[in-house]
Amino acid sequence: MSKAKKFMYINRHAPCGTVYAVEGLEVVLIGAAFEQDVCMAFVGDGVFQLKQDQDTADTGMKNFSPAYRALGDYEVNRLYVERESLEERGLTEDDLMPLTWEDEDDDWAEKPSIHIVDRAQLSDLIEEQDILLNF
Amino acid sequence: MKFSVMVNEGPYTHQASDSAYQFIRAALSAGHEIFRVFFYHDGVNNGTRLTTPPQDDRHIVNRWSELASEHDLDLVVCVAAAQRRGIVDPDEAKRNSKDGDNIAPGFRISGLGQLIEAGIESDRLLVFGD
Amino acid sequence: MLHTVNKSPFESSSLKTCLSLVRSGSDVLLIEDGVYGALAGSTHSPLVTEALEALRVYALEPDLKARGLSGDRLIPGIEVVGYDGFVDLACTNDKIQNWL
Repeated sequence: MSKAKKFMYINRHAPCGTVYAVEGLEVVLIGAAFEQDVCMAFVGDGVFQLKQDQDTADTGMKNFSPAYRALGDYEVNRLYVERESLEERGLTEDDLMPLTWEDEDDDWAEKPSIHIVDRAQLSDLIEEQDILLNF
Repeated sequence: MKFSVMVNEGPYTHQASDSAYQFIRAALSAGHEIFRVFFYHDGVNNGTRLTTPPQDDRHIVNRWSELASEHDLDLVVCVAAAQRRGIVDPDEAKRNSKDGDNIAPGFRISGLGQLIEAGIESDRLLVFGD
Repeated sequence: MLHTVNKSPFESSSLKTCLSLVRSGSDVLLIEDGVYGALAGSTHSPLVTEALEALRVYALEPDLKARGLSGDRLIPGIEVVGYDGFVDLACTNDKIQNWL
């Protein structure tokens, strides 16, 4: 296969109200097997996907939020969260799940997967990608 | 140019399927290649042969089947999304003990890997959705 | 990069989000209900007018016509294209971001 392409999955939907977050995550996890250069961005209501303490029990719906913890194991360890989207929603980084990955090149040191970026940085990141998929 | 197209919404409720169809027709008319059309989320509903839209309106499902036949297109319905929504081919019906299947001609059911492959192998990937 | 926006700015933040993240020199194509973002004299017109200083903005003609929007109702500077123009834009830009 030729040089790996840069895939960015841009998440703009909140969890639960629609299926896009869940089925988007399924694409990311399946896609991780293809050895491409993968990252995720969370913009707008998409930042709510990473909110801690999601408990869907009383809705009768499955809670998919634990699945985000698997991303590090699948080598998807760059989750860019737009700062402005957090602030507009009264959230801080402390509200988000503490997602981590283990860096085998650094003695398996545990490192954070979430990177808070501002709009300008996210714009640059978007421009670097080859393939952009929105969920 | 080699295009792949992703269709994320079902027929009629959103314009996505129509826009995707018109884009693909224009691309084919201009001499471009369509590597794959991948149907995800409610887009899998474009692949049921059981629709009966009003006679004076476009038949979205048949339109896809005809386009696929005319241009040898690869129309792929995501298996996971299809299972959730009841789009079934004979193999899936047998595998999941369903009493029937409903896949439309020209469509095949396969995994999300087909979408990633489409992204890797195509020059451009477009997404039509809500 | 080619950016497409398919939602009306009155219904969704997609156009605003797109314009906040798009780089100068990009192409933005309004399709489906996104063509309502091309209307002059709306509360969203200033945003698009300002964007035109750094970007090329297009509106898909079949979607304009379907909605009864003629060229003279659009923000000056917006270019109207057909599906063939959409295909051309997809070819001339290396990458595509479809804002949904």
